[in-house]
Amino acid sequence: MREIKVPVTRIEGHGLITIVLGRDRKVSRARFHVTEGRGFERFCQGRTLWEMPGITARICGICPVSHLLCSAKAGDAILAVRPPHPADKLRRLMNLGQFVESHALSFFHLSSPDLILGWDSDPKARNVFGLAAAHPQLALDGIRLRAYGQEIISALGEKRVHPAWAVPGGVRAPLTPAARDRLAAKLPEAMRIAQDALSLYEDTMGNWADEVATFGNFPSLFMSLVGEEGAWEHYEGRIRFVDAERRIVADGLDPARYPEYIGEAVEGWSYLKFPYFQRDGYPDGLYRVGPLARLNCCDRIGTRRADEALGRFRSIAGGKAVTSSFHYHYARLIEIVAALERVEAYLDDPEILSPRVRAEAGVNELEGVGVHEAPRGTLFHHYWVNEDGILERVNLIVSTGHNNLAMNRTVAQIAHHYLDGAKVTEGLLNRLEGGIRAYDPCLSCSVHAAGRMPLRVVLVGPDGEVLDEKVRDA
Amino acid sequence: MINLRIDDTPVQAEPNSTILTAARAAGIRIPTLCHLDALRPVGACRLCLVEVRNWNGRLVPACATPVQEGLDVVANSDRLASLRRTILELLFAERNHICAFCVSNGHCELQDLATELGMDHVTFPYRFPALAVDASHAKFGIDHNRCVLCGRCVRACAEVEGAFTWGFAGRGVHTLVDADLGEPWGESETCTGCGKCVQACPTGALFEKGKATAEQVKRPALLADVTQRRPRA
Repeated sequence: MREIKVPVTRIEGHGLITIVLGRDRKVSRARFHVTEGRGFERFCQGRTLWEMPGITARICGICPVSHLLCSAKAGDAILAVRPPHPADKLRRLMNLGQFVESHALSFFHLSSPDLILGWDSDPKARNVFGLAAAHPQLALDGIRLRAYGQEIISALGEKRVHPAWAVPGGVRAPLTPAARDRLAAKLPEAMRIAQDALSLYEDTMGNWADEVATFGNFPSLFMSLVGEEGAWEHYEGRIRFVDAERRIVADGLDPARYPEYIGEAVEGWSYLKFPYFQRDGYPDGLYRVGPLARLNCCDRIGTRRADEALGRFRSIAGGKAVTSSFHYHYARLIEIVAALERVEAYLDDPEILSPRVRAEAGVNELEGVGVHEAPRGTLFHHYWVNEDGILERVNLIVSTGHNNLAMNRTVAQIAHHYLDGAKVTEGLLNRLEGGIRAYDPCLSCSVHAAGRMPLRVVLVGPDGEVLDEKVRDA
Repeated sequence: MINLRIDDTPVQAEPNSTILTAARAAGIRIPTLCHLDALRPVGACRLCLVEVRNWNGRLVPACATPVQEGLDVVANSDRLASLRRTILELLFAERNHICAFCVSNGHCELQDLATELGMDHVTFPYRFPALAVDASHAKFGIDHNRCVLCGRCVRACAEVEGAFTWGFAGRGVHTLVDADLGEPWGESETCTGCGKCVQACPTGALFEKGKATAEQVKRPALLADVTQRRPRA
């Protein structure tokens, strides 16, 4: 048996891919391991409910807002209150800022070097700096678009990263008119960049037919929240599952009752759990979440430009679900447009300047679930507290977890297609990483934004001897 | 008046005042943590240590040492800065002080001292004790993870409110502040719920329930204010 190990870079955190070859030199098994364990579910026990948004926001430096808002929503459930309407809108506004920021980072900083410079281009230049040298305007645009998302977050939470702003019952501070005007002034440029990027993707995706066909291209279920009348939703709504034909498999599910339809499996070779759709069992109940799933699940987005783009997106699969994970990139770009259109609507709404942003209450329920859509997919925070509001148990299902089974299948598909049993090629390594990167998994930090890409691959023969070894330094 | 020197500056002070009072009157900064105006000095934290040249360089707590004629005091030196940093490091290493999500982040005397004294690393191994949060009180909570045992709450409760709810239990590093000899705070029969202990606390150890990260702003000067306004017999 031969085994190839590929550390995965240019994603958020540490991962490893192992490919095991049979004696026939064919891929017998491929796995994506998440090699870090962090223990949030354990060390939140004993803390107070009101600290939870602040604690769980620290899960991530890229999408802290997602955990912040989801935790605050679980807190709302335990206080048994509905935040005032202005708070609700401001939380949505911040989440949209997070979508813009996180999606821009994923596309421009992490993935566009592969898409624009090519999968087989020189790895020394295939990063954000190489992109800046070859396409300075595109790189600059990416930085500006991400900065706009961050500006929305900091206009509300005073900080770009880890704002402790959402609290159980609402938010801490309202939006000021000056901040609203600043955001409104910069919106047209952000919209221009988002539409340019979308056009660029649509013009070039024909170049990547091979990758589209092999980067996680398989039928599966998709899950996301959908709003009223099946509209695209990022903050509230009910859970919907669709299949590869885009037929609704389950609809109107109460997100707070997720244990009735989502199971969580554990494997000894990864720190990340494996959620699955209970009706189909493990591992057949594989489903995908995130931008691709949200666009496959919704009936419409609800804003003009995004709905036009959704029409073009649907047409590549003849109206059925888009099943190639490569098109997570496509969906992400459409969602940036959708997010900016909604930001525009909120900035025109006078209610977002209201000072009524917080409902005060004590502990009224001993269990609460917060669910919303993070940039990477549906996020669940489930808390159990005692009478004093001290956490007794915590269950988090993070977006990347839902995609765990799909990422594993994607790695296997790419290995089958690109692996030449005798040689570890640069193109194979980068496609394995690229296949994972399409999901924009958030395993923790953004090392590669600085251009580093340490990579080590070992090909081991049947009797444990090293057949090939390739090291690429940072 | 008593004449003494602090950091080579001639200073005059009232009899029965302390080195700390004299230094403050002269505009000389000496860091403190367990000291709070209106409460009796206890010299517990040792952050206000000063060196007395004509006592063979002996280190004494400025908050609890009365002025004497002719004292030659060093309030700021490299040696004192190093000692104060070490004391702070020991305080941080002793319990679980995690500023990132603390209710008092940005409004914490311990955090401010670390910044002021340049304590950017803790060189001692952290103890990581497993300590609980008592949120049984209707209005307030106590998080022992953030307690530095300065005793300001214990003194505020006894000396200003007169309730004597808070006391120390255990010894040495295992000491805990507790209510009514170990009752949950919410079940205390002596606590009046006045909140003076919370306002006196320099860290996020005592907090108002419902406050989220960085929301707990303390008003320790309140203790001196209410003491001063109180009618005297």
